[in-house]
Amino acid sequence: MTLLQVEDLHIHFGDVHAVDGLSFSLEAGGSLGIVGESGSGKSATALALLGLQSASLSSGRIDFDGTDLLRDPDWRGIRGAQIAMVFQEPLTALNPFQTIGAQIAEVYRLHTGASRRAARERAVEVLGQVHIPDPARRAAAYPHQFSGGMRQRALIAMAIACRPRLIVADEPTTALDVTVQAQILDLLDEVRESTGAALLLISHDLGVVAGSTDAVAVMRHGRAVESGPTAEVLVHPRSDYTKALLDAVPRPRPPRDLGERRPLLRLDGVRKEFPQPRRGALRKPSPVVAVDGVTLEVAAGETLGIVGESGTGKTTLARMMVGLVPLTAGRITFDGTDIARRRTHSSIQMVFQDPLSSLNPRRTVGESIADPLRLQGIRDPRPRVTALLSRVGLAASAYDRYPHQLSGGMRQRVGIARALAPSPRLIVCDEPVSSLDVTTQAQVLTLIEDLREELGFALIFVSHDLAVLRQIADRIAVMKDGRVVELGPTAQVYDTPTHPYTKELLAAVPVTDPAEARRLRILRRKESPARAT
Amino acid sequence: MTGYLIRRVLGAAVVMLVLSALIYGLFYLAPSDPALLTCGKGCTPERLADVRVAMGVDDPVPAQYAHFLEGLVAGRDYPAGADVRHCPAPCLGYSFETDQPVTALLLDRFPVSFSLALGAEVLSLVIGIGAGMLAGLKRFRLVDRLVNGLILAGYATPVFLVGLLLLLLFCVHLQWLPFPQYVPFTTDPLLWAQNLLLPWTSLAAIQAAVYARLTRAGIQETLAEDHIRTARAYGVPERRILWRRALRGAMLPLITVTAIDVAGIMTSAVLTETMFGLPGVGQLLVGAVRQIDLPVVVGVMLLTGLIIVVANAAADLLYAAADPRVQIR
Repeated sequence: MTLLQVEDLHIHFGDVHAVDGLSFSLEAGGSLGIVGESGSGKSATALALLGLQSASLSSGRIDFDGTDLLRDPDWRGIRGAQIAMVFQEPLTALNPFQTIGAQIAEVYRLHTGASRRAARERAVEVLGQVHIPDPARRAAAYPHQFSGGMRQRALIAMAIACRPRLIVADEPTTALDVTVQAQILDLLDEVRESTGAALLLISHDLGVVAGSTDAVAVMRHGRAVESGPTAEVLVHPRSDYTKALLDAVPRPRPPRDLGERRPLLRLDGVRKEFPQPRRGALRKPSPVVAVDGVTLEVAAGETLGIVGESGTGKTTLARMMVGLVPLTAGRITFDGTDIARRRTHSSIQMVFQDPLSSLNPRRTVGESIADPLRLQGIRDPRPRVTALLSRVGLAASAYDRYPHQLSGGMRQRVGIARALAPSPRLIVCDEPVSSLDVTTQAQVLTLIEDLREELGFALIFVSHDLAVLRQIADRIAVMKDGRVVELGPTAQVYDTPTHPYTKELLAAVPVTDPAEARRLRILRRKESPARAT
Repeated sequence: MTGYLIRRVLGAAVVMLVLSALIYGLFYLAPSDPALLTCGKGCTPERLADVRVAMGVDDPVPAQYAHFLEGLVAGRDYPAGADVRHCPAPCLGYSFETDQPVTALLLDRFPVSFSLALGAEVLSLVIGIGAGMLAGLKRFRLVDRLVNGLILAGYATPVFLVGLLLLLLFCVHLQWLPFPQYVPFTTDPLLWAQNLLLPWTSLAAIQAAVYARLTRAGIQETLAEDHIRTARAYGVPERRILWRRALRGAMLPLITVTAIDVAGIMTSAVLTETMFGLPGVGQLLVGAVRQIDLPVVVGVMLLTGLIIVVANAAADLLYAAADPRVQIR
C-alpha cells in the first residue's frame, strides 16, 4: 500500500526554484533514500512534507494516506503523530531549557491526551527503546548534558513516541562521528523494523543511504535524475550524475614508491595538556590530556594520514606540528632542528578545515595568499599569487574577490594556494575536505594529489574519514584518546587491522555497495549489540 | 554552590574596600578643607583646630581612613566640646551639617529610593515585555511599527521632560493626582502607590523602551531557532511555542539588564527625586554636594557601589537559575 505519493512537486523561494517537478512514492513500512548535494532541494522537500516552510510557494501534490499535504490539512493531527521528523543538528533541534524526558512527554501528551504520568512513562520507554542507558534517570537530563549521538537517539525517541507511520530523517548523521553515525543508522533501521514506520532518509552521502533503504532517488537541481531500487541504482547507475557521484567516492590507490626514506619531521613523546577551570574553591582539577605521548616520523615526500573521531586530539597534534600550539612535553624536530627554536615557519604550512573562517573576511583572497610571500620579503607578490591561483584552478580575477564571494570548494582552493605560497616542504591539512560536497571533495583531493606529485612536498592529512585517507595516504596513524593506537602502511591498516578501535572504525565506514552495507550492519550488530554513546 | 557564594562575597568585600579607599582618598585629598567650611566665616585659628579634632580630620589621611574602617566595624565617637557625638556601627562618618550619623541619614532615605526603583522597574517590565511581545510576533505589522517608533521616542526623551509633562498634565491641569509627596509603604500602601505613580511612570516611559527592544529582538531570535522548528514539526500549538519557549529564551538577557537597571535607577535618581521632591538618597546627595558635606557624599557613593555589586551578583545567580546550561562554580 502506498503511504506517501509525491507528484510533480514544485517549491519556489522567491526567484529560486528549489524543487522542480519532483515525484516519488513510498510504501507503508518501506524506506526511501533521497540523495543529493547541497542545494539539490532535498531538505526543502522534507520540510514541505510537514508544511514547515512559510516563505515558499509550493505546487503539485503530496498525498499522504489520502490527505493532500499541500492543501493545508489539519497539521496538528499529522505533525508528530503521523509524520515525525528527525533533524540534522541534534543539539539545536532540542529545547535547551527543558529536560529530554519532558520534551518527549510534552509531544506525547499533545497527541494522545495521556496523563502526565503516562506521558513520562512513555518517554522513559522510548528512550530505552533507542538504547539510552538508564533511561529513567537520563530522562531528567538537559540536552547539553547528552553527547551528540545520545541527542540524536533522544530525537529518534521523540519521533517514535507517538507511533508515527512515517519518519523523515533529514541528514540525521551529518554532525556525528563515523562510529556514532553507524550506530544511529543501525538504530533507524531497527526502529523501522520494530515499529513498522516507513523511513524517508535524506542524505548527501551515498554510503549512508546504501545500507538503510530499499529504494533511492538521486536529486539534482530540484529534480530526481534517477530513482529505483537501491541495489539497482547504486550498483548499475543509469544517469551520468549518479555515475559521477559514485565516481567521486574516494577509492584506494596502489601504493606509491617513495624511494629511500629520508626523515623530515620527527615527533618524540609529544604531549599536550589543557588546564581545566577551577571547580571547587581549593582543589585544582587535573588537566585534560589532549595528546598523550605521540612518537612518529614523517619522511620527505610521504603522506601520513591521521585518523580519529572528534576529541581524539588529532587537530591539536596537527597544530603542534606547525608550531601553533606549544608542547607540554616532548620534542618536534623538522629536518633536525627543534621547531620551537625555529624563527620562520615557512617550510611547514597548514590548510585549515573551515576555509571561510580561516580567511580574513575583510581582505581579498589575493592579499591573504600574498601575506606569506611578503613575509619572505617579496616586494611585488601579485604575479606569483596569480600563478598560484591558476595552479589551484582559480581564475586570476579571483585575486580581488572576498572570501564570501567564493563557493566552499573555491575557498578551500584559496586555502591550499596560501599554504603553497612560501614553497613549503611539509603541508599539514586538517580536515580540508570535510565541509565540502562529495563531487567538490573529489576535485580538491585530486588537486592535492596532483600538487604533491608535482612539487614533492610531504603531507600530513588529518581526517575523520577513512575512505578519504585510503585514497591519499601512504601510511596511516589511528588516534584514540590522544594516543596513536595503530600506525602502518595504508593497505596493511585497512586489510589487517590489529587494534580493536581500528576494526570498529573500519566496520563503521559507510560503503556505497548496498550488499556490503547490509553485511557490515549484521557484523556490527553481532559485535556490539545496542551500545549507546 | 556554597564555594561560589563564599568566593563571591569575599570578592565583593574586596571591591568595596578598594572602592572606599579610592573615594575616601579622592575626597579628602581634595583642596577644600572640610573643617574650614564647617567652621564658617570669622573662624579663628584656635576654633579651626578644635573643629579639626571634632571632625577627626587632624590626622594624616591614611590614619583617617583607618579610623573610618574602624568606625564601620565598631562605631565611633566624635568629641564636641564637653559633649560626645556617638556614631554607632556601622559608622560611615558623621554629617556635621545636619548633626546626624551618615548611616542614619542613609537608612532614612533608602526606602524612598528603593520604592521608586522597585515600582518603576516593575512598571517598565510589564510595559516593555508586553510591547516587545506584540512587536516581536510580527503578526501585526502596524503594532510593530508603532512599538518601534515608541521605543525610539523613549530612548530619545530625557526623564525630566517626561516628568514635567506628567506633572503638568495630571497635577496641574487635570488635578487627578496630588503633587507627589512621599508616604511610607507601612503607613498607607495605597497613598504610597498613588504618590509614586507619576515618578514611576516617567522613569518607566524610558526604561520600558529598552525592555521592549530586547524582548522584541529576543523573541524574533528565539523563534528562528531550530528547536522551535522541532516543536512545530511535532505539532506543538503556536501559542504554546510562544509562551513556553520563545518567551523563555527572550527573557534571559532581560535578567542581567533588569538587575543592573534597578541599581541604575537608585543611583541615578537624582533628577527624578529632585523633580518630584522625593526625599530619597539622590536628593540627599544633591544637598550634601551643595553644602560640601563630604561624609554624606562618601556614604552615598559607598551605598551606590554596594547596590551595584549586590545587583550584579543577584543577576548572575538568577541567570544560572534560569538557564540550565549555565553552571555556577
